Amino acid sequence: MDSQHQPLEALQDIRRMMERSSRFISLSGWSGISAGICALAGAWAVHLRLNRNLSDTGLRGGYEYYTRITGILLIRELVWIGAITFVAALVSAFLFTYRRSQRNGVPIWDRTVQRLTWNTFMPMLVGGLVILRAMQLGYFELVAPGCLIFYGLALVNASKYTLGEVRYLGYGQLILGIFNLWITHGGLYFWAAGFGILHIVYGTLMWWKYERKLS
Amino acid sequence: MRNPIGNLNKIFDSRIRLGVMSILMVNEEVSFNDLKQMMEVTDGNLASHLINLEENGFIKVHKGFIGRKTNTTYSITKAGEKAFREHIEALENMIRGVK
Repeated sequence: MDSQHQPLEALQDIRRMMERSSRFISLSGWSGISAGICALAGAWAVHLRLNRNLSDTGLRGGYEYYTRITGILLIRELVWIGAITFVAALVSAFLFTYRRSQRNGVPIWDRTVQRLTWNTFMPMLVGGLVILRAMQLGYFELVAPGCLIFYGLALVNASKYTLGEVRYLGYGQLILGIFNLWITHGGLYFWAAGFGILHIVYGTLMWWKYERKLS
Repeated sequence: MRNPIGNLNKIFDSRIRLGVMSILMVNEEVSFNDLKQMMEVTDGNLASHLINLEENGFIKVHKGFIGRKTNTTYSITKAGEKAFREHIEALENMIRGVK
């Protein structure tokens, strides 16, 4: 073996192995950008749908009315838009990260990814249940802040298992979510800002920092 | 004056042994296959280094089963942690000494 091992090289090796074995660092900035675009498209679809409904019922104008609309059909439609948005964002985010992990020669389903997945989805799943229950009880104002807050907590939790910067994206979602708890009539705007704009900003910064030189 | 290289642990001269120790420092328990994948080495090569580390009391071996397949996992011992930390300190001192 190489006993000429240089100390700096050895320390870099140690650091690389520690990171590679405990964090999934192939998360692509493009994943953030694509998820953000999906979120904006979803928010736009909801915006159009609500406007149509508001004009149908003569409640044209502000979002302060949307919580009063409890038509089962509308809710069902909005939930569908939400589900499609979620799946589209997830799939597109996965594809870009998959591409990057292939380029890095890192397996896409090793222990670091399993841990990252579990630690991200567990808080989101719990949050999903809370939001579902809130909707059943008619607290529609809590849907947008609930999404933001639970997603923010999920990200802060996930940051230990992937790029540390994810933490700041999480803080951003949490701040928006907490403001949204009181500014309830702006739900859709807060949601679009958090899931759309913040994702795109985060993704662009990450791409700039880690991937720009390589592509 | 102390010889800075004297504190370097000979056992960690090998990149593979150093890599295994690095991985086990930040992961409680790692399976043979995961180690192999992360180190990108062959079975035989990895196995001989693991035996060496085990004989020196730096790592513990746990033999288990997943269904019928054997699942061997490894974790670091207190002595291993101590030796590893001292090795890193020695490396740091060498770098400081050069500067």
